[in-house]
Amino acid sequence: MELSGGQILVQSLKDEGVEYIFGYPGGAVLHLYDALFQQDDVKHILVRHEQGATHAADGYARATGRPGVVLVTSGPGATNAITGIATAYMDSIPMVVISGQVSLPVIGSDAFQEVDMVGISRPCVKHNFLVKDVTKLAETIKKAFYVATSGRPGPVVVDVPKDITDPKIKVPYKYPKKVTMRSYNPAVSGHKGQIKKAVELLLAAQKPVIYSGGGVVLGEASAELTEFSHLLGYPVTNTLMGLGAYPATDKQFIGMLGMHGTYEANMAMHESDVIIAIGARFDDRVTGKLDLFCPYAKIIHIDIDPASISKTVKVDIPIVGEVKPVLEQMIGLIKDSKAKPNKKALDAWWHQIDQWRAVQCLEYDRGSLLIKPQYVIEQLYEVTKGDAYVTSDVGQHQMWAAQYYPFDKPRRWINSGGLGTMGFGLPAAIGVKLAFPDAEVACVTGEASIQMCIQELSTALQFKTPIKIINLNNRYMGMVRQWQEFTYESRYSHSYMDTIPEFVQLAEAYGHVGLRIDKPEEVRPALEKAFAMRDRTVFLDIITDRTENVYPMIEAGKGHHDMKLRAAPGTSTDRELA
Amino acid sequence: MRHIISILIENESGALSRVAGLFSARGYNIESLAVAVTEDPSLSRITLVTRGSEDVIEQITKQLNKLIDVVKLIDLVESDHIERELMMVKIKTNEQTRAEIRSLADIFRGKILDVTPTSYVLEITGPSEKLDAFVAAIAPETIIEVVRSGPTGISRGEKGLHL
Ligand SMILES: Cc1cc2nc3c(=O)[nH]c(=O)nc-3n(C[C@H](O)[C@H](O)[C@H](O)COP(=O)(O)OP(=O)(O)OC[C@H]3O[C@@H](n4cnc5c(N)ncnc54)[C@H](O)[C@@H]3O)c2cc1C
Ligand SMILES: Cc1ncc(C[n+]2csc(CCOP(=O)(O)OP(=O)(O)O)c2C)c(N)n1
Ligand SMILES: [Mg+2]
Repeated sequence: MELSGGQILVQSLKDEGVEYIFGYPGGAVLHLYDALFQQDDVKHILVRHEQGATHAADGYARATGRPGVVLVTSGPGATNAITGIATAYMDSIPMVVISGQVSLPVIGSDAFQEVDMVGISRPCVKHNFLVKDVTKLAETIKKAFYVATSGRPGPVVVDVPKDITDPKIKVPYKYPKKVTMRSYNPAVSGHKGQIKKAVELLLAAQKPVIYSGGGVVLGEASAELTEFSHLLGYPVTNTLMGLGAYPATDKQFIGMLGMHGTYEANMAMHESDVIIAIGARFDDRVTGKLDLFCPYAKIIHIDIDPASISKTVKVDIPIVGEVKPVLEQMIGLIKDSKAKPNKKALDAWWHQIDQWRAVQCLEYDRGSLLIKPQYVIEQLYEVTKGDAYVTSDVGQHQMWAAQYYPFDKPRRWINSGGLGTMGFGLPAAIGVKLAFPDAEVACVTGEASIQMCIQELSTALQFKTPIKIINLNNRYMGMVRQWQEFTYESRYSHSYMDTIPEFVQLAEAYGHVGLRIDKPEEVRPALEKAFAMRDRTVFLDIITDRTENVYPMIEAGKGHHDMKLRAAPGTSTDRELA
Repeated sequence: MRHIISILIENESGALSRVAGLFSARGYNIESLAVAVTEDPSLSRITLVTRGSEDVIEQITKQLNKLIDVVKLIDLVESDHIERELMMVKIKTNEQTRAEIRSLADIFRGKILDVTPTSYVLEITGPSEKLDAFVAAIAPETIIEVVRSGPTGISRGEKGLHL
């Protein structure tokens, strides 16, 4: 079969099983768009901004586990995609981004819409390619998918000069079934000896904690994690990225850990004698001050990326490998082992944890006349029966969604953790809804974040992706305001906007339904009404208590045992705000 | 401590910038960098000298290994190895100093590559400290130019770094 470069690209995507491609056209990719026009297998989702394309592809990838695919033109199209590429990179999300480039002979001449995409994207991709020979195009696409999805996943950019896609130049096409790369062989199974040592240490523990993260989601190992944890009976805490990998309603779950984690999870970490980190990377939001991190614990760490191990926290038993096979091996060893978890020590440990739980660190003022954001999330949980896909933006609303919506399944909680990209939530929700048209998809956002990619409301209409936008409108960049309240004596420097759009009208202008809710008793009926409109995107503009803060919190420079808790009900320390 | 990291990397455009970019992005220091193609034209060899604590060097080697283009690497300092750097020095000369410089060059087993009535170009190879010692031995005001390749190295014995 003889095909042009443009046709090869489209055919390669087809052969790779790609369902959707999120993109935006321009000069350098016109040949490619012409090839796309002449087929129906790969569906193109036309976004309104290239950042939206990357986040939508990212949302699709997070929800399905399959790589998200993006197509952008050269120059400004490529640079607009960078934020979304970096977002995927920080959270290890598989993504393939095809960017147009100026023709090979003019590369380097400051040609129209030329930008060095390979150079600009280099620090925030797993790998990138510049295609210089059309006969290598199919193989390069195959390699891009292979690299993006194997090992520790991540985004891969394929920069394609316009002349490579020239419809007049046709070459034989064959999509490779498999590629191998001599310089790239990600580890799979862990070291047997290390695994055995780890199991021995675990079984001898008195105050163990299972600390699991996004790697369990990425590695599709939720079932194994759950079996492993049940077998041991140890407490489990998740990172923000790991939520849902272990069922949050299970009694062994002690909540998220870290800066806005639960009191019990952080205290347990601090007091623990053995910690097993599973697909988690000891992020600074999780560890707090490093010198104070888990002072009494021996640490086991399972991670597919050797560079994640002992990067910030030195570990005692490193295991490089995929979570799934390593956990399977551990489960086998635990079942066969004569040693069993120390029941007496474990009972005492759980007793201690229950005392920390009794602090009820997530309680808030339920009698307030203002809408409490936490209440909205709790109601969202009930109305969706805990079974929605929830995407979020970045800020206080993100933390409340993480704290008050207990996720029981992996890939349901979709947020930007590592980069913390405002603007992620709405396009990500569109990507999720395309993947799962019958599922409920909610985007929890704030009035500042939503404005960063609001243009994608138009995409949602065109491609019929009915989602529910839960805008926790506190008229503040609440997360910024909170820090200013705590550390800058409430000098709220530029953390509010004097003008905020009328979101209901805005939603309607985009062809959707808008609802404004400003009383607590309206929250539940409004949510029910919104979710009952199955085929409409509904924008719920919910006017919340603008003074509310995210608790509990580990402030900068503090350790896990030193959390700031909410003042007792009725003695709110929150300042009155104008 | 000083480490010499020897890297086999795909001989592709942009491969070197991935290595250099990694060092600047993560704040590691590069003391020197020498690159050339190997006997297999599809592979280049980078010899990189860096300094850092054990933890930092461990991260450097892990991060380098993570680069998709990197095929293999070793830290030469971890075992017996030979280290060589090439230096060319252009020195001002006159009737009185010539003999002295020649004998100094002999001591350091240097070669004279170019002669004019007022200058010499000398070539000296050896471990970096030897080159430092040579530079220290000549009067600074007579040095016109010093060009150093940066160290390269190879392990002793029959084992080698290859595919
Ligand atoms: C406003 C804000 C507040 C935040 N507050 C918190 C907080 O309180 N608590 C919190 O936890 N986070 C918080 N975060 C998120 C934080 O920044 C990090 O993104 C997060 O903690 C990282 O999660 P993780 O350790 O699970 O790693 P991930 O980023 O999910 O990385 C996954 C790890 O697993 C490994 N891995 C991947 N696949 C596999 C596999 N198949 N097998 C084995 N290993 C694998 C990877 O190599 C990597 O090391 C916050 C973010 C924001 C924006
Ligand atoms: C693109 C981007 N710019 C700036 C920030 C810094 N930042 C983090 S949270 C936040 C405020 C978000 O406000 P809003 O969306 O209203 O959410 P809230 O905290 O009020 O719930 C800002 C500005 C960011 N994370 N991303
Ligand atoms: Mg806000």
